[in-house]
Amino acid sequence: MFESLGGRLEDALSKIRGKARLSEADVELALREIRNALLEADVNLLVVRAITDRIREAAVGAMASRSLTPGQQVVKAVNDELINVLGGETFRITYESKPPTVILMAGLQGSGKTTTSAKLARYFKAQGRSPMLVGADLQRPAAVEQLKTLASQIQVPMFSEWTSPIEVAKAGVAEARRIGRDVVIIDTAGRLTVDAELMDEIAAISREVRPKYTFLVIDAMMGQDSVNTAKAFNDVLELDAIVLSKLDGDARGGAALSVKEVVGKPIAFASDGEKLDNFGPFHPDRMASRILGMGDVLTLIEQAERTMDEEVAERGAKKLMEGKFDLEDFLQQLRQVKKMGSLKGMLSMLPGVPKELRDVEIDDAELGKIEAMISSMTKKERSDPSIIDASRRARIAAGSGTTSANVSALIKQFKEMQKMMRSMGIGPASATKRRPKPRPSKKGRKNRR
Amino acid sequence: MSIVLAVVVVVLVVVGGSAFFVLRSKKPKAMEVGTETETKPALKSPAGAPSLEGEEAGSKEPVISRGLDGSLPKSRSLLGSALARMRAKRALGEEFWVELEEALILSDLGLDLSVDLVESVRNKVYKEGVTATDAALEMLREEMIERLDHSNRDLNLGDAPPSVVLFVGVNGVGKTTSIGKLAALLSSEGKKVVVAAGDTFRAAAAEQLEMWAQRSDVQVVKGASGADPASVVFDAISHGAAVGADFVLADTAGRLQNRQNLMDELKKIRRVAEKASGTVTEVLLVLDATTGQNGLLQAQGFAEAASVTGVILTKLDGTAKGGVAFAIEDKLHIPIKFVGLGEGILDLVPFDPKAFVYEITGEVSQ
Repeated sequence: MFESLGGRLEDALSKIRGKARLSEADVELALREIRNALLEADVNLLVVRAITDRIREAAVGAMASRSLTPGQQVVKAVNDELINVLGGETFRITYESKPPTVILMAGLQGSGKTTTSAKLARYFKAQGRSPMLVGADLQRPAAVEQLKTLASQIQVPMFSEWTSPIEVAKAGVAEARRIGRDVVIIDTAGRLTVDAELMDEIAAISREVRPKYTFLVIDAMMGQDSVNTAKAFNDVLELDAIVLSKLDGDARGGAALSVKEVVGKPIAFASDGEKLDNFGPFHPDRMASRILGMGDVLTLIEQAERTMDEEVAERGAKKLMEGKFDLEDFLQQLRQVKKMGSLKGMLSMLPGVPKELRDVEIDDAELGKIEAMISSMTKKERSDPSIIDASRRARIAAGSGTTSANVSALIKQFKEMQKMMRSMGIGPASATKRRPKPRPSKKGRKNRR
Repeated sequence: MSIVLAVVVVVLVVVGGSAFFVLRSKKPKAMEVGTETETKPALKSPAGAPSLEGEEAGSKEPVISRGLDGSLPKSRSLLGSALARMRAKRALGEEFWVELEEALILSDLGLDLSVDLVESVRNKVYKEGVTATDAALEMLREEMIERLDHSNRDLNLGDAPPSVVLFVGVNGVGKTTSIGKLAALLSSEGKKVVVAAGDTFRAAAAEQLEMWAQRSDVQVVKGASGADPASVVFDAISHGAAVGADFVLADTAGRLQNRQNLMDELKKIRRVAEKASGTVTEVLLVLDATTGQNGLLQAQGFAEAASVTGVILTKLDGTAKGGVAFAIEDKLHIPIKFVGLGEGILDLVPFDPKAFVYEITGEVSQ
């Protein structure tokens, strides 16, 4: 349905990239495309306008300069601008010299405050701190129970009582001091920015507990309203940073860009999964790459490290390098990759993926089929698919609930894949000096040329 | 299939190759935790309020960063002023249409749809020789209401009770709350309602549902935490049939539509629910009004997995307009059935296209 933002920008910029001379109309056309691409990614209209204005300025400069490649310069201006908007350094947290360091969580209903609070506590715990959670959301039914359950999952103490949000927050900080916890995370009720009473309430909590940090939790799927929300919270609370939740969805995350631009506060953390350890510091450059469609390999790798069985992955990679990667290895790797999420999601994090491939609808159910087919093969067939004849094919098809044609297709594809890998410089054919001497190619492969 | 293979290969090559060989030795640096103790005024006074303890009033950082002037308006008032300016204009110039388009975009209708609506009204205006901006605006509203006008917004009922309503959606949109409210609405109409605590994933989701259920005096069927949600839903429907319930409202855990395994689980819930002794008459997608264009992907994903029959648009009492729900109805023909307007138990009301359109176009319906 959508072209990727990166793809659209690429289209917009390709028209002017090579031009030796830029007319104003060229630039305006490109800017129009950039505007549209950003809007489709849910970047707020006013932020889009500010961004395109700045790009226009840079472009006009490029046109005036006697550079041989004004087109290139505009392209660079766009990249610089977007990275600049999102960019800056990764947020660094410091702790109070006199503990506890109090962190106040704020946000709309359903933005993910309670879960984020627990994730944050888990993060601090992993950093060697002794966090405590305070449940000051007395509004939503069972919010306190939810926080209590999460706290016990991560084995962090949790405090709440049925008084008032302000009292709970105050008592929570006192309790942390008493039992010697050095970071206190206060979860608050979700509130709408138009609800003056509740906005006053959170301001009062803030005055009372004097948090070192106030984090606004923003849903990565948010649309144009992200700007109003961030600004309204920033007005009553003076935010220190944003925490982006639900970044594991397939939203473009234009909200991140909008919020950053409007409140000028960094995005400190991002949450990219339902599990409590799917959480970490936010890396602006990576997000810029993701929005620009330049891929997000680092995140993918981290995701891989979290979910994949290291040994299996390593074994697979080794075999891949040696050119001995067979269907058995493929099956094992497939199962690993499946754990990481949807193929389309992963694809979106890879750089340099052609637009055609990026836009293709990928049915992850196909993976199941492939898995079933390989599972129905014998060990021998897996290591040398060339022995699979018609009768073996029929057996495999019957065993996996597919057709003979499916099996042939799989084998054919696998062969092509091996060829492709070799052409990509993986495997012994093009082994570089750094690697051990290329081993003699497998017989089977030689036969198949 | 070839695409799937190719993708797997690419992922493998990149992840397998680079992650475990090239980059393993130099993992990306985790955020360093500084040990220095920064002293910063811990007190944060609301903007404009007198600050305590002699904190310098001028120490507050500028709120708006470069580019935007200090008076970034809320979309509501922005729209208001845009419309006021439009009206002030005599002729229907290019600027009018641009502003109209931007007003729609700010309501999250999405670029394509906003352009399309404006284009279509523009043609009509031209054909009919309309010159007043007021009239043009009215034509836009008519066009929008017209596009929303073909849907059945009533709750579907099954021949064999209980009628089963599944609630689906991404995390944090308000599924559990919406069930609580719909249960109250239905039981206030004298219907017998059973709710199924099918969200066995989120901590305390069942407790939340129970609290809502207590308020409207309906029965809750729940399983253990982490239980198979499909079986909880099945049990609830069976129980509903046994006690002669008219409706079984089934909660499900929030899930992102790009998580294949969770969408498969949802397919299973729906499949199993069909096998129980009621009729699955509705699958309602709960959509947060603050959602941007991802809402379309949500609707597509859930429609594919669970054949969504309607939308509940929640949190419409905030500043967000929920325009993506319009886009969903326009493009995917999934009707908006209810809207959530607050945290009270009676704050779920049937969707009113006219009010919705007037809210988006900046004026309250009479």
